[in-house]
Amino acid sequence: MFSALRQRRSFAHGIHPPQAKDDTRDLPIKQFPFAPVMIVPLQQHIGKPAVAVVREGQEVERGELIAEPDGFMSVAMHAPASGLIQRLALAPAINGRMAPAIYLKPFPGSSQEVSDGAPCDLASASAEEILLAIQRAGIVGLGGAAFPTHVKLKVPVDKHIDTLIINGVECEPYLTTDHRVMLEQQPDIFTGIRYLLKVTGAGRAIIGVEANKLDVAAALRAALPADLPVAVEVLAVKYPQGAEKMLIRALLGREVPSGGLPSDVAVVTVNVATTAEIGRLLPHGRGIQERVITIGGPAIRKKGNYRIPIGTPLRFALEYAGMEPNLSRVFLGGPMMGQALPSLDIPITKGTSGFIAFTERQTAAPVEYPCIHCAYCVDACPLFLNPSQLGLLARVGEVERMADEYNLLDCFECGSCSYVCPAHIPLVQRFRAAKGLVRKRRAAP
Amino acid sequence: MSERGRTLEIHTSPHLASGASVDDIMRNVVLALLPVAAFAIYSFGLAAALVLAVAVLSCVATEHLLCRLVAAPTTLRDWSVTITGLLYGLTLPPALPLWMVAGGGIIGVAMGKFLFGGLGYNAFNPALVGRAFLQAAFPVAMTSWSPAFAADRFSQLPASTLTLPFAAPVYDGASGATPLSLFKFDGQLTATPDLLLGLTNGSAGETCAVLIMAGGLYLAARRMLNWRIPVAVLASVALLGWGLHQLAPAEYPPPGFMLCSGGLMLGAVYMATDMVASPITNAGCVVYGALIGLLVTVIRLWGGMPEGVMYAILLANAVSPHIDGLVRPRVFGTRRA
Repeated sequence: MFSALRQRRSFAHGIHPPQAKDDTRDLPIKQFPFAPVMIVPLQQHIGKPAVAVVREGQEVERGELIAEPDGFMSVAMHAPASGLIQRLALAPAINGRMAPAIYLKPFPGSSQEVSDGAPCDLASASAEEILLAIQRAGIVGLGGAAFPTHVKLKVPVDKHIDTLIINGVECEPYLTTDHRVMLEQQPDIFTGIRYLLKVTGAGRAIIGVEANKLDVAAALRAALPADLPVAVEVLAVKYPQGAEKMLIRALLGREVPSGGLPSDVAVVTVNVATTAEIGRLLPHGRGIQERVITIGGPAIRKKGNYRIPIGTPLRFALEYAGMEPNLSRVFLGGPMMGQALPSLDIPITKGTSGFIAFTERQTAAPVEYPCIHCAYCVDACPLFLNPSQLGLLARVGEVERMADEYNLLDCFECGSCSYVCPAHIPLVQRFRAAKGLVRKRRAAP
Repeated sequence: MSERGRTLEIHTSPHLASGASVDDIMRNVVLALLPVAAFAIYSFGLAAALVLAVAVLSCVATEHLLCRLVAAPTTLRDWSVTITGLLYGLTLPPALPLWMVAGGGIIGVAMGKFLFGGLGYNAFNPALVGRAFLQAAFPVAMTSWSPAFAADRFSQLPASTLTLPFAAPVYDGASGATPLSLFKFDGQLTATPDLLLGLTNGSAGETCAVLIMAGGLYLAARRMLNWRIPVAVLASVALLGWGLHQLAPAEYPPPGFMLCSGGLMLGAVYMATDMVASPITNAGCVVYGALIGLLVTVIRLWGGMPEGVMYAILLANAVSPHIDGLVRPRVFGTRRA
């Protein structure tokens, strides 16, 4: 209520969940140890799985290419440690299914030097060459979406980009990885922005952060290179401001059209950790073999921000961080949009921004009441949908009406409606199911 | 899930909730109504206390028994039927025979709420359905008013209160005409300060505008009531009343009288704002409130009855879903069709 008076810019509607960032925001990033066995899934991104280029029994160096992209909608994978390829086999994935993966056993005595590849020179490389280098580096959206970054950066020929937005909002409660990256990796971020400006042709960049990161804004502004057309903007704290559409609205006042992309309003947005990785890896021709995650929540003893090797099994990570005995729920990503885990045997992937563990007491499921039309969800939905009406239609299976008359397909599942619902109706869960049904029906001939 | 026998719960996101709850909202509405109920008992004495008690008990018992009848878990815990009972009691004449009070409560909850599917599905405010039934069935009893602040109100009951079912109620000599009937039938105007403070006759809980507004402010501040509804109702009544009063001051009362007399304040703050039976969008709430104000003015000034709040709200309840269909906010990233 009062945030509006403070005159910081934001988008309309949205919610204010507890931020819960105090436990880890001031903890510097620490290196996570290597697990006895790493599991690198061939599909850690949206698109086609990568193709393994190693065989069982082969020795690899840390950072070495172990899987190649299969076409444009795919990215490369790199060895998270120097070691022995044990086997190419199925491994449990977050969706509960089994998926192909590379099992790697790190050498205990190795110095774990990272091997370099062919560098991508900022001054001489063309936009096409930078895109290819980003794909070869295996870079995907590190905010959690895991969408291949080079695909996102490929601007349609008929579109012109005027602004590059660097997303440092990190609006999910508990997560503080972007916060730490922005404090500790400023040169990488600025280098990354140089590559991104060149690729997109944008004339300027804006780094958007929320008012809970004033230290970050001050540090970034102090370190800004004079020749770089970058501004740092502080926005009001509100969820889901990290969503592309909301961030663009908050910073520029532009509305991405329903069903459209940021390029429709001359914008490209890239997550700040992704930007930092581009700046860190491309000059050395390296690939992503680790990422920064937050391990937090009430059921974790050693909360913190860690640079963790991709493929670290979650069970190993949890045991290292220490679990409370009454841990009952773990989710990857933040508590608003993260996925609850069916098993502790899945590995950390490129899209894992953190994992949060709760104890039993915090996760008791409340009683569900009928919808009383209180309009809390209507006032929360950042897209001005009517979640109450959508929920009633979902109950009776009217999915086509949900899509045709109530813009169901615009919903990006931020969970604001479920969060505020005093009747405790699992609105987002029903919308997700309905969207799946609609897409399936529309795809069918 | 693991070898330690630990079970992982799997739910879909979000994994946090604001903590707001339906029963919490309902309990707060009850809380906001308590001062109004206390003033009703203070000004009308034992009779009002009995009317409120029988109203609440009949509504609560009806809902509980109907739940038992269909072998469903009781819904008393959501507190909504307690609000219905209290509100219903507050709209009744304080000397109404208690058997009629019980009858209206049963009809209101059974036909106004339960038959529609219970909480969340009632098209009309159940308290007003009960009252509308009594108005149609017992028009004389529903317009027989007892005087407020009678000297013996805590020691003696009006003769009508304990009338046996289906016997004609007897009214003692002292009748207490309401400000609206005084105006309608005798052309007599009650002073606005008396109306604000509740020094007048009327239904048990409608007289003290100040307490009603205080409860409304509390609920609006806690976002448990959409302030746009009462504001739109009162603004449209005030505006229409002012315009008519300017045209013909002798014929039409001043807007202050229109606002503070009768059941308008109670209706605008507590009845029209029933979340289930009112529109969901803010713009819809303004349209709905303005419609109620228009209907109240028309019924009061040109209708046969002195008061029209109840029918105005029931009519607006009926069109509320259509208002939601017509007044829709523009979805992000779309152009208005």
